[in-house]
Amino acid sequence: MKVSQMVDALSLKVLAGERFLDREAESGYCCDLLSRVMAKGKKGMAWITVQTHMNIVAVAALVEMACVIIPEGIEVDRKVLDKAEEEGIIVLSSDLTAFELAGKLYQMGITPVCEAVD
Amino acid sequence: MKDGYYSIEQVFRIKAWDFASAGEASSQIKKILKQLGIDPALTRRVTIAAYEAEMNLIIHSVGGEMRLKVTPQSIIVTAEDRGPGIPDIALAMQEGYSTAPEIARELGFGAGMGLPNIKRCADRLNIQSSVGKGTLLEMYFDIKAG
Ligand SMILES: Nc1ncnc2c1ncn2[C@@H]1O[C@H](COP(=O)(O)OP(=O)(O)O)[C@@H](O)[C@H]1O
Ligand SMILES: [Mg+2]
Repeated sequence: MKVSQMVDALSLKVLAGERFLDREAESGYCCDLLSRVMAKGKKGMAWITVQTHMNIVAVAALVEMACVIIPEGIEVDRKVLDKAEEEGIIVLSSDLTAFELAGKLYQMGITPVCEAVD
Repeated sequence: MKDGYYSIEQVFRIKAWDFASAGEASSQIKKILKQLGIDPALTRRVTIAAYEAEMNLIIHSVGGEMRLKVTPQSIIVTAEDRGPGIPDIALAMQEGYSTAPEIARELGFGAGMGLPNIKRCADRLNIQSSVGKGTLLEMYFDIKAG
């Protein structure tokens, strides 16, 4: 589904990458350990994390993620959002917890990333 | 041979604790491989390995250099630093083993999966380290004829 459909269905706030909302999101993953995310990460996945520092942009860009979703209304630094904008990374935010977000996305048909590296 | 044996060679300087530009060398490497038309799945493996090596230089070393070499047959990424070195490489290679400081862990680093990820991604991996001197990581990736 398109990221814009997720944004509408879950009333997500778009913090960065507004102009890319047409992008397709296929799978989802929820994790705050970056090496784990790099290992499991899939192109086109939606990533839910409480990490909000600069490196999440690098990770999302390297893996070519569909979007990053920050739960629990956690604020993200302007500098990080500017970088995300520059790299074409969509950053979304929600007041829901990671658990609720994942549950709702799962119900909408976003599939879990599988185990393989490639 | 005056122009060098490798088709491409690029050097990136990596500073210790420079989290603001962390991942920049890896994204440059990714961009170059994309431009060269390298297979996306291979580019992905190189990118993941390069990212983990870059983060290790930033978090664990006093700083160093990464190097990308591309030949028609292979991609070689090296990460070389000037210390502190790895006392026990076999232990460092174990999944879950990490000496990352608490501040790095709070940022989501230090899962102890970097070196195992690199090993899984690279076709061949060579690590040389000497305590007090530094570490050299050489990652080899084969380009299979399409
Ligand atoms: N360049 C390096 N210099 C010194 N020690 C290193 C270096 N790279 C890795 N190490 C050591 O190996 C351990 C495991 O590395 P890694 O698997 O990448 O996990 P992590 O980076 O999450 O700790 C590190 O915690 C550190 O002790
Ligand atoms: Mg590491």
